[in-house]
Amino acid sequence: MDSLPLLMEGFAGALTPANLLWVVVGCLLGTAVGVMPGLGSSMAVALLLPMTFALDPTAAFILFAGVYFGGLFGDSTMAILMNTPGQASAIASTFEGHRMALDGRAPQALATAAIGAFIGGIIASTIVVFFAPTLAELSRYFGPAEYFALAVFAFIATSSVVSESVPKGLASLMLGLGLSTVGIDAVTGTQRFTLGAPQLFEGISLITVTVAILALGEVFHVASRARRDHPDLKTRSAGRPWLKWAEFKEAAPAWGRGTVIGLPFGVIPVGGSEVPTFMAYDVERRLDRRRRLPQFGKGAIRGLAAPEAAGNSTTGMAMGALLALGLPVSATAAIMLAAFRQYGLQPGPLLFDRNPELVWALLASFFIAMVVLLIINLPFAQLWSKLLLIPQPYLYAGIALFCGLGVFATSGRVFDLLLLLGIGLVGFGMRRYGYPLAPLMIGMVLGPLAETSIRDALLSSDGNYAALIDSPITWFIYGLLALVLAFTVRAAVRKKSRQDI
Amino acid sequence: MSQQATPDSASPSRRKRILTGGFAVVAVGCVAAASFFSIQAASGGTDVRNNVTLIAPAAAGGGWDTFQRELQQSMQTNDLVNNVQVINVPGAGGTIAIGNVAQLPEANNLMVGGTGQIAAQIQFGTPSRLQDVTPVAKVLEEYDIVVVPADSPHETMDDLVEAWQENPSGTPWTGGGSFDQLVMTEIALVAGISPGETTYIPSDGGGEAIQALLNGTAVAAAGGFADMYPQVESGRLRVLGVAAEDRLAGEDDIPTLAEEGYDVTLTNWRALFAPPSATEEEVTELRELVDEAVATPEWAATVERNYWREAPLQGEELDQYIADETERIGGLFEEMGQ
Repeated sequence: MDSLPLLMEGFAGALTPANLLWVVVGCLLGTAVGVMPGLGSSMAVALLLPMTFALDPTAAFILFAGVYFGGLFGDSTMAILMNTPGQASAIASTFEGHRMALDGRAPQALATAAIGAFIGGIIASTIVVFFAPTLAELSRYFGPAEYFALAVFAFIATSSVVSESVPKGLASLMLGLGLSTVGIDAVTGTQRFTLGAPQLFEGISLITVTVAILALGEVFHVASRARRDHPDLKTRSAGRPWLKWAEFKEAAPAWGRGTVIGLPFGVIPVGGSEVPTFMAYDVERRLDRRRRLPQFGKGAIRGLAAPEAAGNSTTGMAMGALLALGLPVSATAAIMLAAFRQYGLQPGPLLFDRNPELVWALLASFFIAMVVLLIINLPFAQLWSKLLLIPQPYLYAGIALFCGLGVFATSGRVFDLLLLLGIGLVGFGMRRYGYPLAPLMIGMVLGPLAETSIRDALLSSDGNYAALIDSPITWFIYGLLALVLAFTVRAAVRKKSRQDI
Repeated sequence: MSQQATPDSASPSRRKRILTGGFAVVAVGCVAAASFFSIQAASGGTDVRNNVTLIAPAAAGGGWDTFQRELQQSMQTNDLVNNVQVINVPGAGGTIAIGNVAQLPEANNLMVGGTGQIAAQIQFGTPSRLQDVTPVAKVLEEYDIVVVPADSPHETMDDLVEAWQENPSGTPWTGGGSFDQLVMTEIALVAGISPGETTYIPSDGGGEAIQALLNGTAVAAAGGFADMYPQVESGRLRVLGVAAEDRLAGEDDIPTLAEEGYDVTLTNWRALFAPPSATEEEVTELRELVDEAVATPEWAATVERNYWREAPLQGEELDQYIADETERIGGLFEEMGQ
C-alpha cells in the first residue's frame, strides 16, 4: 500500500512548529464554538475564511480541520452538562449523557464522549487515508430512492424513542415535521406556513429549533420550578475524572458500533451527522433492552458512547468525500470547498496528483487534531463539570444569553430571536406537560430528507412509483427494515404470551 | 433534582428574586446598547473613503459572500478605504437584504446583487424589489455550462435536445439554483419544448447537482462554470456548451450554445447597489471606489481564481440593463407557469 509512506511525508509536513500551533489554535477555537449552543463549526469556518488571505494553504486547512473536529468534540459538553447541545449533531448525546450528569457522573460522561469522538474520528481518518476514493465512488449508487428508503428506515428505527406515550410522541413528531415544512417549497415555489413573512421564506433553521427547544425550553423549565426543586449539589459534583476499567469495557462495544454506523453517512449527503447519531443511539437502546439489567433511561454510558463515535466518524468520512471527490456533504465541508477555491485548488481526484504535499499534510493533521483534542478534552472533563457548581440563576442566565447570541450570530436578525423565544416557550410547554422532545428533533431532521428524496425520485422517474424500489440497495434497506419489524413483533408477542401464562 | 433539600428561609429567596430582576434589567440594557451601537457603527461616518460596509445578501460561504469578501480584501490591501467590513444579511433569496438596504440612511453601504434576487422577487412576490435600491456598478458575470455525465449517450447539444423533445418530462434536468432553472427554461423555449412539460429537480448548490447527475437522478444539468468545470476536467462530466455570447477566454474549446443553434445567453451577473438615500455625489464616489477596487492586481487574481468574467456596466445603461433583465426573467417565470 503506497498510502503509508505518503502519509508519513504528510506527518513530516504537518509537524512543523507553525503548523502544530495552527492545529492547537483550531482545536481550541472549534471546541469553544462547539460548546456554545447555536454556534457551530460551519459558522466558525466561514468566519475564518478571510484567514486564507494571510496563511499558506497547508496551515489554513490544518486550522480549519482543527475547528471542524473541535466543534464535534465540544458540542457534547453542554449537551451532557446542561441538556443544551452545542450543535445538532449532539442532540442524541443529550438523552443519556445528561442523565449521567444528573446522576453525578458528569466527568465520566464527558470522558466517554471525548473518547468516543476520538475513536470515531481516528478510525474514519484511517479509512479515508486508504480507501476514500473507493468509498466515495460508492456514493454514486445512492440516489433519491435510496435516500428515501434510508429515511423510512431511520423513522421506523427511531420510533422507539416515541413509544413511551404514543399519542404524545406522535404529537411531538408531527410538530417537528410541521416546523420542517415551513418556507418556500423548492420544487413548486409555493409558500408553506410562511404567513407571508419573508423572514420565513427559507424555512426555520435546525439550529434555532434545537437551541430553542432543548436549551431555552430547559431554562424556562428550570426557572419555573426554581423554588420547588432543590438540586442536591453534592451528588452533582461528585465523580472521578477517569473512566473505571469496567466502564471502559462497557462503553467499548458501543464506540465500535457507533463508528461503523457513522462511516457510510460521511459519503452520502443526508445533511451531516444528525441522522447517524440518532441511529447509533437507537441501536444501543434496542440492544440494551435485551440485557438483564437495562441501563437506558438511567444514564446508560453506551447511549452516549455510540452517538458520539458515530458523529465523528461521519465527519471524518465527510472530509474524505470532500478531498477525494470534491463533493461537499455537509455545510462545513461546503465552506471548506470555498476555501480551497480561494487558493485556486479544486478538491477531487486530481487534487491527490496535483497537490500531494497539501493533501497528505492535511490528512496527517486529522490524526494530530484528534490527539490534540483528546488531550484538551479529557483533563478538562473534571473542570467542565465544575460548571454545575455555579448557582442555577447565574448558570441559566448565562445559557439563555448564549442561546440568543448563537442564534443571532448565525443570521443577524431580530426576527430569529423572536422565533427562538416563541419556540422556546413551546419547548417549555412540552416539558411541563410531559411531551417527549426527541421525536420533534427527529421529525425536524428526517422530515426534509424524506420529503425531498421522495419528490426527487418521482420527478426523476416521471411519476413512476416503482422507481422507489428499483435498486438492490433499496431492497436491502427495506429487507432490513422488515427484519427489524419482524423481530420487534416477535418480541412483543412473546412477552404477551409469557404474561398470559 | 428529585431530592428535597432543607427549605430556604424567606429572605435569601426574596434577595434572589431581586437579584434576578436586577440582572434582567442589566441584560436588557446591555442588549439594547449593543444593538444600538452596532447599528450606529455600521452606518456611522458618511465619508465613503473612511468607512464602507459591504453587504452580502446571503449566508457566509456562498457566491455573494465570496464576492464581497474578495472585494473587501482588494480594498484593504490597497488602502482604498480606512475601514471596510462585510456583513451577511441572509434570507428570502437575498431580498431581505434589499429591504434592509432600502431603509439605510447612510450612503456608505454597498450590497451585491443580481439575477438571483430578481428571480426571488418575481417567484415569491416579495415586498422588497431590486428597484428599491440604487444601482452603482455592474462588475462581473458568471456563465452556466450544460453538462451531462461522462458516460451519457448524449455527445452534443443536438443529441440531448432530441431526446428531450421526444420525452420532455422523462428527461429530468437539475441545477444548483434558480438561475440554472432559468437557463434550462430558455433552452427549452429555443428548442420548441413547452417549459411547463419539462422536469427540473432543484438541488441545493452545485455539489448536489453534480451528485444528482452522477447517480442518474438527472440526465443533464445547467450549472455555474466554477462548480461544474472541475468535474469535467477530472473526467466525470462532459460539457456540451456554454451559455454566453462568445467562447470563454482560456476555455475556447467549449462551444457556445448559440453556435450549436440554441441562442441562449442568460448570464448570472453581479452588481453593487447603494441605499436610495445616497445623493448623486455619493453614488459617484462609490462608483469611483468600486472602479479603483476592481482595477487592482488582487482583484484580477480573484477574478481568474473564481472563473469569473469582468463585465462592467454603469450609469443609465446599467439602469436599462436591470430593467430589461427583470422583464426577461419575469417572462421566463411566466412560461414556467409559476
